[in-house]
Amino acid sequence: MRLINLRPSRPLAVALGFIPFIILLLLYISNSNARLAENPNDKLLPGLTTMVDAVQRLAFTEDTRTGEYLLWMDTASSLERLLIGLAVSAGLALLVGILLGTLPMFRALAGPVVAAISMVPPMAILPILFIVFGLGELSKVVLIVIGTAPVMIRDMAQRVLDMPREQFIKLQTLGGNSWHLMLRVVLPQLLPRLLAALRLSLGAAWLFLIAAEAIASTDGLGYRIFLVRRYLAMDVILPYVIWITVLAYFMDLGLRLLSRRMFPWFHRQQEGEA
Amino acid sequence: MKLIEVNQVGKQYGDNVVLEKLNFTVSAGEFCTMVGTSGCGKTTFLRMLLGEEQPSHGAILMDGKPLPAEPGPDRGVVFQRYSVLPHLTVLGNVMLGPELKTGGIFARAFGARRALIRREAESLLDAVGLSHALNRYPAELSGGMQQRLAIAQALIMKPRILLLDEPFGALDPGIRADMHELVLRLWRETGVTVFMVTHDLKEGFSLGTRLMVFDKIRRDAQAPNAYGATITYDLQLKHADKALQKNIASEVAQTSQLLAGAIL
Repeated sequence: MRLINLRPSRPLAVALGFIPFIILLLLYISNSNARLAENPNDKLLPGLTTMVDAVQRLAFTEDTRTGEYLLWMDTASSLERLLIGLAVSAGLALLVGILLGTLPMFRALAGPVVAAISMVPPMAILPILFIVFGLGELSKVVLIVIGTAPVMIRDMAQRVLDMPREQFIKLQTLGGNSWHLMLRVVLPQLLPRLLAALRLSLGAAWLFLIAAEAIASTDGLGYRIFLVRRYLAMDVILPYVIWITVLAYFMDLGLRLLSRRMFPWFHRQQEGEA
Repeated sequence: MKLIEVNQVGKQYGDNVVLEKLNFTVSAGEFCTMVGTSGCGKTTFLRMLLGEEQPSHGAILMDGKPLPAEPGPDRGVVFQRYSVLPHLTVLGNVMLGPELKTGGIFARAFGARRALIRREAESLLDAVGLSHALNRYPAELSGGMQQRLAIAQALIMKPRILLLDEPFGALDPGIRADMHELVLRLWRETGVTVFMVTHDLKEGFSLGTRLMVFDKIRRDAQAPNAYGATITYDLQLKHADKALQKNIASEVAQTSQLLAGAIL
C-alpha cells in the first residue's frame, strides 16, 4: 500500500503522538545523567529530582521572605496582564474591525493609519511605553495590546470584507440600516472568527508579556525566569517554561472548545466547505 | 396601473456598454422572466431594480417616482447563493426582517411581539415546505431548501416586487420543477410582482406571464462590447410558440459565441 494511503487507527495515532515526547524525555535524562556522573554539581541539565525539588520549593512552600507561594503568585500576575491585554485587543479588534469592514468612509479615513501602525515593531517602542506609562502594570498591558491588536483589527476587517455582498444587500431588503447590519449580520458572524484570531495571537501575547516582564517587573513568570538566569538555575527555568507551555496550550484548547460550543453553525459551515 | 417605468435606461462601465435604450413598463402583478446569454446585462438590470447599481442614462420609476438609490424593503431579493444568513436558524432567518422593524435599538423582539412574529414566520415556512426544519442552520440544508428559505425570508416583508437572480441555477432539474411550482403558487397567492433572471430559455418560457429577451442587436466581432444589449423580444407568454422559442435560442447562441470569443 502507498504511504499516502496508510492511515493510523485512533489508538495508534495517540501512541504515535506520544513517541516524540518520550524520546525527548529519554534524551534529556540520559544526557543529564551523563553530565551529572562527570560533575555532580553540574547546573546545565539538572536531574528530574532536582527539578521536582525546585517545583516543591516554588509552588508548595511559602517563600521565607514574602510568605507567598512564588509560582502561583507569578502565574496570577502574568495571567492578569495577559488576559487584560488580550481582552482589550479583542474589544478593539471587534470595534475597529467592524467599522473598517462595513463603512467605506471609515475605511478611507482609518484604513491607512491602521496599516501603518501595524508595521511598527512593538518591541522598538517598549522604551517609550516605559517612559510614558512608567514601569507599572499599564506599560506591560499596553505592550501586549500594541503587539496583538493591529493584526487582529486587520484580520477582523478583512473577514467582514470577505462576507458575501449578497448578505449586505439582503439585510437592506429586509428593512435594515447600517447599525442593524453591524449588530445582526456582521457581529455574530465575526465572533467565532475573533476566537480564532485570539488563538493565533496567544503566541505573540506571551512573547510580549515575557519580554516586558524580563525588562521591568517585580513578579511574573517571565520575571522569575530572567531573575534566576543569573544563578544558572536551570532547575527553575525548565519547569517554568513547561508550565508556560501548558498554560498556553490549555488557553488555546479552551478557546477552541468555546468556539465549538457557542458557534455550532460556524463549524458545520466550515466542515461543509472542507 | 404602471408599477415600474423604464425610460431610456442604459448602463456602461468605462468603454464597456452593457445595456442601452431600455424602454418598457411593468404593471403590478406581472411575472417577468428575463433571459439572455451571460454578459447581456440581465443581472445588471436586476441590480438596478434592486438599487444596488444606478443607470448611466435614463431613469427607472416606481409609482412614477425615481427608484431610491439603495435597496429597501419594498423590493425583496433571492440570489443564486448566499441569500440566507449562516449564523441564524431557519426560523431566525425568516424572523429577522420583522425583528429589525419592531425590535428597537437591539433589533430583537421579545414576549408577545416575538410570539406574533414567530407565528407569522412559521406559517410562511409551512407554505414553502420547511416546517420540519425550523431549528436547523442553513449549512444543514440542501440547495433547494436554502432557496425555499430565501423565498420565505423575502416574502415575510410583503415586498411589492420580488427579484429572483437565477435562483434555481445551482439546483438539480428534478428539484427545479418543484421550485417552479412553489414560486408560481406563491406569486398567485401574494400577488407580488416578480422579476426573474434566468439563462435557461425553457424556464423563461414556462414560468411567468411575460418574457423579455436581453440580446445585442448590433454584433461587432472587432469590438464586442462597443454596443450594449437591449430587449429584443418582449412577449406576453400566451402568444409564444415553439418556433419562436427556437428562433430566439439560435439568436441568443450567436451572441453567446461572440462574447465567449471576446472575454478578456
